[in-house]
Amino acid sequence: MRWAERRAKAHPKQRMDLTASHAGRPGRLLALFLFVFAALLFGFPVARAQQSSDAPPNGNAQNGRKLFMSDGCYECHGRQGQGAAQTGAARIGPPQLSFEGFQNYVRKPTNQMPPYTSKALPEQDLADIYAYLKSIPMPPKGKDIPLLNK
Amino acid sequence: MAKQTKPVVDRRNFLKGAAAGAAALAAAPAAVAAKSAEPRRAVPPPMSPAAEAEVPSGAEVLTADRTGSDFMVDVIKSLGFEYVCANPGSSFRGIHESIINYGGNKSPEFITCCHEESSVAMAHGYYKVESKPLAVLAHGTVGVQHAAMAIYNAYCDRVPVYVILGNIIDVTKRAPGVEWFHSVQDAAAIVRDFTKWDDLPISLEHFAESAARAYRVAMTPPTLPVVLVADGDLQETPIPSDSKIRPAKLTTEMPPVGDSGSVAEVARLLVAAENPVILADRTARTPAGLACLVDLAEALQCSVVDQAGRMNFPTRHPLNQSDRARAAVADADVILGLDVADFYGITHTYRDQIERTSRPGTKPNAKLLTISSDDLYIKANYQDFQRFTEVDMAIAADSEATLPSLTEAVKRLATDDRKRAFQDRGVRLNAAHLQALERSRDAAAFAWDASPISTARLCMELWGQIQNEDWSLVGATTFVSKWPQRLWNMDKHYQYIGGAGGYGIGYNAPAATGAALANRKYGRLTVNIQCDGDLMFAPGILWTAAHHKIPVLHIMHNNRAYHQEVMQVQIMADRHSRGIANCGTGTTITGPDVSYAKLAESMGMYGEGPISDPKDLGPAIKRAIEVVKRGEPALVDVVTQPR
Repeated sequence: MRWAERRAKAHPKQRMDLTASHAGRPGRLLALFLFVFAALLFGFPVARAQQSSDAPPNGNAQNGRKLFMSDGCYECHGRQGQGAAQTGAARIGPPQLSFEGFQNYVRKPTNQMPPYTSKALPEQDLADIYAYLKSIPMPPKGKDIPLLNK
Repeated sequence: MAKQTKPVVDRRNFLKGAAAGAAALAAAPAAVAAKSAEPRRAVPPPMSPAAEAEVPSGAEVLTADRTGSDFMVDVIKSLGFEYVCANPGSSFRGIHESIINYGGNKSPEFITCCHEESSVAMAHGYYKVESKPLAVLAHGTVGVQHAAMAIYNAYCDRVPVYVILGNIIDVTKRAPGVEWFHSVQDAAAIVRDFTKWDDLPISLEHFAESAARAYRVAMTPPTLPVVLVADGDLQETPIPSDSKIRPAKLTTEMPPVGDSGSVAEVARLLVAAENPVILADRTARTPAGLACLVDLAEALQCSVVDQAGRMNFPTRHPLNQSDRARAAVADADVILGLDVADFYGITHTYRDQIERTSRPGTKPNAKLLTISSDDLYIKANYQDFQRFTEVDMAIAADSEATLPSLTEAVKRLATDDRKRAFQDRGVRLNAAHLQALERSRDAAAFAWDASPISTARLCMELWGQIQNEDWSLVGATTFVSKWPQRLWNMDKHYQYIGGAGGYGIGYNAPAATGAALANRKYGRLTVNIQCDGDLMFAPGILWTAAHHKIPVLHIMHNNRAYHQEVMQVQIMADRHSRGIANCGTGTTITGPDVSYAKLAESMGMYGEGPISDPKDLGPAIKRAIEVVKRGEPALVDVVTQPR
């Protein structure tokens, strides 16, 4: 317990972090640079890649919701994928990544998130989870919720 | 807690036996010498009706006007303690009785605790509001063993807790049985690795000197816990009527200040920097610290990142960049850490995978400067000192005390050109601050209507009810994603007091109660966001609050788990590709769910909940606040999202 709590101290702001509030972090800049570099190198059209990967996979949102809870995604990301600064987990409901990017990160996370292999989380389950997250509506802006502006 | 369960010869029976023995001595003078050699005899001698009726003469003295414990209370009073927190223990029965009778149970007043961990944590929380220590009494054996974790928390958090341990050193003065189990050669040894100083006085004069020394040592930065052992026999030995002993004069401690040359160099680097960042953590040791930090930041118009070990800097101040800490640190060319507990952690990133890695989160040529009293005192065994950071300049001094001279030096060095640059920087930082605030509000909007209730919604419903009060938030915000710092308007020193220090669970509820005790005389509304797992360690603190009418509002962050550990076990399961289905084993607090409202009610406290619909939360908090305003504690149980 005490050892874990000590480690917990290191987690905030150091785990998977794709939120806008840390957009200036070197890691993200590096990832962006590598992505653009690869696109230029291989003649890969960035715009087209984003467009095609936005196409939703065949996922069952209802089952995805169950899996999101049973597979423990909510433990760090919250039950509606809202993310949490304390865990460092990104807001993923609705996801800002394409399914391809989402899948790549889940399989081989580049920061603090534990890896979910296909053995622990089969392809279809991941597609269902993505469908669930995609089904979560965007909330109103913070400025439109009176209690958030007191 | 099995302190006094030995049935054969307990204190009360022993005293009866001793009184009867004295009467028997009068009836049988020949036995006087032998009997007087056994001042704490265990077995009452047989009595005859005639012996009982006679008035003893020439026997041992059975009463005393004044004993050592009275003098010890004189000493304790001279140190200005308002309260002494304790779970009762016979090894300090003398002091206990002297406090409540001789001392009138006032300054200090005896606060009954149900666990020594609670006693120390109360003192911990009290200090961080009041900037002065509470006294804690405990057995030198079983009591201090219970207290040890809380003392460690205080040590890690640089909080002076003044612990007095009862013990009986002289083997001939111990009653058989329990008193031997409750006696120890070196009572402070168990906590010596994480206390600053301890002593075992063997006379009352010695006690007076060491009590004053302990206070001064504890209160001189780095402020840390101290231990004084009060020998049981010394407590109970009569003081001669012509005794000249007196409490030692307490000298006001002066905090160590950075030397002028080093301070001037830090000022030079800060003034010349394009993007200086001040990191604050345990900087504002007293209320003055917050104002001093504002002065420095405004003189430089530079970023301040508050790590929130204390309430160091107003959350809505335009220069507050805490919500974009990593970005601010990454862009900085000069970083000044002021009593930062983990300077390495904030200047590096760290990755917890099979191969653990870390890398600098700063520019390669960034100048790293620290002012910290931690450099004046370090011990080897416990590793709270964190990883070594290669800094360019480390000033071993108290940062709060050094701030005024540093600010003066900055103002002296700031030319008109630099002042214009500072103003431009201030405008940019204000814009960044407002953008970060807007991002936090947008982030809080996600899962706003969810059930279980999101931590953002919980915090904002609480804020909605207290924002127009003179409030004090006394629970750690780490486990609610620091929403209060991100969204509330906090600008007073007592509006946040940081966390446990050592991350030892069981701190929050009693520390909040101790802080509420300090706030009581100021009429402040004390609120605490209370994790469920923490409260389960020693829930008897709820009774203490009810019994002593300590007004505090506990809002339960009831995620029904030791949630940090759920995630830790999950990391391991994922690493092994075994699925996480079993990760609730040993980590969750379900089956049955705990009713914290009923728990509170059972302790004599107002309780409401569990509440899982966010629409019900605001009205429930409002009702509970009415109770607290009447001078009583209250608890609202809220079923929450994990973080």
